[in-house]
Amino acid sequence: MNTPPSWSGSSLLVFKPRPSLPAPRQTVGIIGWLRTNLFNGWFNSLLTVIALGLLWQTVPPLLSWAIFDAVWTGGSDACPPGYEGACWVFIFNKFRVLMVGLYPGDLLWRPMLAGGIFVTLAAVTVLRLMNPGKLIALWFLLPLPFYWLIAGGLGLTAVDQSLWGGLMLSLGLATIGVLISLPLGILLALGRRSNVAIVKSICVGIIEPVRGVPLITILFMASVMMPLFLPVGLNINNLLRVQIGIILFSAAYMAEVVRGGLQAISLGQYDAAKSLGLNYWKTTALIVLPQALRHVIPSLIGRCIALFKDTSLVIIVGLLDFLGMVKASAQDPEWLGHDTEAYVFCALVFWIICFSMSRYGRSLERQKEEE
Amino acid sequence: MISQDIMIQMIDVNKWYGNFHVLKEINLTVHKGERIVICGPSGSGKSTLIRCINRLEEHQEGRIIVDGIELTKNLKNIEKIRSEVGMVFQSFNLFPHLTILQNLTFAPIWARRMPRAEAEKIATKHLERVRIPEQADKFPGQLSGGQQQRVAIARALCMNPKIMLFDEPTSALDPEMIKEVLDVMIELANEGITMICVSHEMGFAKTVANRVIFMDGGEIVEENEPNEFFNNPRWDRTQLFLSQIL
Ligand SMILES: Nc1ncnc2c1ncn2[C@@H]1O[C@H](COP(=O)(O)OP(=O)(O)OP(=O)(O)O)[C@@H](O)[C@H]1O
Ligand SMILES: [Mg+2]
Repeated sequence: MNTPPSWSGSSLLVFKPRPSLPAPRQTVGIIGWLRTNLFNGWFNSLLTVIALGLLWQTVPPLLSWAIFDAVWTGGSDACPPGYEGACWVFIFNKFRVLMVGLYPGDLLWRPMLAGGIFVTLAAVTVLRLMNPGKLIALWFLLPLPFYWLIAGGLGLTAVDQSLWGGLMLSLGLATIGVLISLPLGILLALGRRSNVAIVKSICVGIIEPVRGVPLITILFMASVMMPLFLPVGLNINNLLRVQIGIILFSAAYMAEVVRGGLQAISLGQYDAAKSLGLNYWKTTALIVLPQALRHVIPSLIGRCIALFKDTSLVIIVGLLDFLGMVKASAQDPEWLGHDTEAYVFCALVFWIICFSMSRYGRSLERQKEEE
Repeated sequence: MISQDIMIQMIDVNKWYGNFHVLKEINLTVHKGERIVICGPSGSGKSTLIRCINRLEEHQEGRIIVDGIELTKNLKNIEKIRSEVGMVFQSFNLFPHLTILQNLTFAPIWARRMPRAEAEKIATKHLERVRIPEQADKFPGQLSGGQQQRVAIARALCMNPKIMLFDEPTSALDPEMIKEVLDVMIELANEGITMICVSHEMGFAKTVANRVIFMDGGEIVEENEPNEFFNNPRWDRTQLFLSQIL
């Protein structure tokens, strides 16, 4: 029998921790991971085996097509018809058209400069290197100098809009679309909740019809029908009309997203702001909207992604955006038979941009949850 | 002690929600420095009555005059009255996206155009007064209910109001937090600010009120000084109500 330790006298016990044991083999390391994730139970093991088989069937051929057998250098004769690998030379050769369309070669530094600033700003946004207020201001300020760079005028050689195209056009339409449709959507959402009957009906009258038709219809109307209604002498060019159509379409959807956020704000917030003597606009701008928008950031980012993808529809009203240029390049008689490369590249670019935006949205969401 | 300056005057005030007659022929005069407690059963129109005083609710008939200004559709007058009348709500209604300090400086800066430094000085003073200066940089969500309600009181005080309205300030609180809020309110009462408080805290009413008002069915049924009110209620309805809550 153990005698209980006695606390009297000088024989104090000293606590000595036991040495740690290594974790059991089956729960850590590669084997542990495999066990818990791929082989827990016969059914999951079977699925793992099937998946491995499928990967074995698809990945090696894909790799040899895209990398090992691919043609990376040379001219249009480097990829003879029937050749098994990807002809990336084709993409390199068409890269300029894909990016900027028919923009004159000697003025290329202008879209390149704009693109460089754009990518930098996007990176600064995603990595949160700047305070949000300044960032937002920058995003709203940049379109003007960008427009000047691309279009020319005021000392720069003018470049006609029919020469703009490629990814530059897609990003331009989407960015300006977002920057204008978001504030517009906010106003529409506020108007829809207004007590003033006429304001309310105007807003509903804009939101509902626009949401009720596909974007293609709106683009057609903007491109083909709008000129018929414009007063004689007022000549808005096709690109601007299409941009207006995109903005309108996006604003209607943004409005509904923002409305959801507004509904989440309790009436007590309005009571508190009013009782402190704040007027409608100050209450809305400083109390209600900051909270409402925070609630709907993920959906707003979702709308931005959708809008960017939607810009590829402008091809049907004769604009050569990124997808348009991809299509045109694939039909170049000098480079026939490279549709696969063209569309794989197109998909990759769309995916990279959309995926980055969606990851950014997720990280904003997580940050919100932590607060 | 009470000076004869009239702060609030309600004359024959009637209000309806649709067809529902929620305030019936309300006549009420509040003098400067008076402390009034309103009680009554749920749905009797207590909240509606005090929300009419700063026009969070609009009355349809009668006149309401606050500090010499009549409440009409005139927006400038409404804003002026609102910045002179502080209000504390049952559900605190702090601005959750702003820190405690920003909650307090918000109205002075944006409604009074006070310089930020001055607003912060005043805010700090009031945070000390409600005994939570150390919470200034936290967000409302990080505070207990009692602390939030004290912040809400401080926020109203930052506008230096002539009148304070309280709508059941302690009914959303856990019992152990009620006292910390009531203590702050008792201190305020002792400083002589005009206050109207909807509350069922009868101990509080006995300590601070000059007058207790009992409402039922949209009417002011009875009003009296606290001792008389609690010991000799004149009407059956009042007696019944008191027997239920005491
Ligand atoms: N916006 C509204 N629309 C219609 N009816 C309302 C509205 N607000 C309040 N009421 C009704 O008016 C009556 C009085 O409401 P009020 O909130 O003033 O009561 P109260 O005395 O404060 O009650 P409580 O003690 O529950 O807070 C209630 O019957 C309520 O249902
Ligand atoms: Mg109430």
